Amino acid sequence: MATNAHPRLMILMTAIAGLVLSLLPLPHSVAVFWPAFLVLVVIYWSTMLPRAGGMTLGFAAGLALDAFQGSVLGEHALALCLVTYLAIRLNLLVRAKPLFEQSLFVFAALMAYEFLLWVIDGWSGHALSTPLRWLPTVTGGLLWPLVAGILGRFHLAR
Amino acid sequence: MALSGSDVDRPLYGRGPSPGLRFTLYAIVSIVLMYYDRHGQLVQRFRYGLQAMVYPVQVAVGSPEQGWRAISDSFQTRRALRAENAQLRAELRDAQLATMRQAALEQENAQLRNLRASLPPLISHWQLAQIIDVQTDPLRERLVIDKGAREGVRADQAVVDSHGILGQVERVGPFSAEVILVTDPEGAIPVQVLRNGLRTIAVGGGTDGEIVLPYLASNADIKSGDLLVTSGLGGVFPAGFPVGRVMGVRRDSSQLPAQVRAQPVADIERDREVALLQFSADNPSAPAPNPPIAPVPAAKSKSKSKPHPPADQQDE
Repeated sequence: MATNAHPRLMILMTAIAGLVLSLLPLPHSVAVFWPAFLVLVVIYWSTMLPRAGGMTLGFAAGLALDAFQGSVLGEHALALCLVTYLAIRLNLLVRAKPLFEQSLFVFAALMAYEFLLWVIDGWSGHALSTPLRWLPTVTGGLLWPLVAGILGRFHLAR
Repeated sequence: MALSGSDVDRPLYGRGPSPGLRFTLYAIVSIVLMYYDRHGQLVQRFRYGLQAMVYPVQVAVGSPEQGWRAISDSFQTRRALRAENAQLRAELRDAQLATMRQAALEQENAQLRNLRASLPPLISHWQLAQIIDVQTDPLRERLVIDKGAREGVRADQAVVDSHGILGQVERVGPFSAEVILVTDPEGAIPVQVLRNGLRTIAVGGGTDGEIVLPYLASNADIKSGDLLVTSGLGGVFPAGFPVGRVMGVRRDSSQLPAQVRAQPVADIERDREVALLQFSADNPSAPAPNPPIAPVPAAKSKSKSKPHPPADQQDE
């Protein structure tokens, strides 16, 4: 843990992978369930290495999402900052828990994220909403063990 | 800088403000950005630059699909190519037959309108663009195309494929542009039933790749199979371009509006290329670029980040 560069590089690479996964062009039936992988990656690094990525990771990732998804600039950045903050604050609590309970935490964090997006959407004039928008939070929580397993392989076996 | 002395705040490596302070700072930055994205020009310009940065990644993200298509193209069998060739010939013949009298009809139309000179063609210029990325989620149906401001693409330009209307350009970057599809729930397009001229507004249905017509009374004269064409209102599309075909009409006595679903005629799932149209302003069928009826505040808000047509059209 003494070096800063190595984990940061790893975080950057996995964040880019998460971004690409989040943005993959998908058929409708899959897109409805597709979780925001970038958010999962940010949550992972914020709980496991809270010092390496920090708030800047969340903010930058959110800005990237804004740039790609054409939302109001700052929308995803704010929501992801909140999630990152929660994850950093609660990292000792979450890290020690079994994966199942971590999933619950991730689900709650994703709900907070989506809720904030929903509020900002309404404020910025995108008042349309559908119950379907909450579906990826569920799949995100369910996929957490998988994501955590893959990312854990990256940084625990280094 | 640590605001509280808990373990979490003790630096493991690196020093700096506590997460709480950083969160506050970043949150303020985000909120300021959001405000100026809606109300200022500076962030718009920043955004334009951002779209140039985003472009290569969008190409990369879309590349597996593109690559797969390229591979499947180059490994087509001779027989498949022959069949495709025959089919294209047949389509070309049909198209030629269908447009054979077009020149004569245009002439006749001009005469009926008492115009001495023949009219300029409605579509003055068109350019093809490749689809580099498709964005679908329950609330968004967008395409990213590989032509941008450098190639003269403007916001609110009409985008079609060979079957009908796909959507309109929403945001233009230097090398790319974002197209809001007719199936996007935030997009709306003024349409007309071809059979009887009934005018209404079609709104995107979202996830299912459908269009819905939410503003029709339950006794409206519309039925399955009706073709919807653009009505020419709204200043983006000229009249008469096919938009969708009505798939089902449900009239519940308990619900006042009829529930009409339509399928877009444009082949959104399979398109690789789209055409961006420019209309010659002196053709009477061309859409007026700026509807003169629109009040000033509406016109002002239109230039901002939300160039969705419905607000303006419903004002008219």
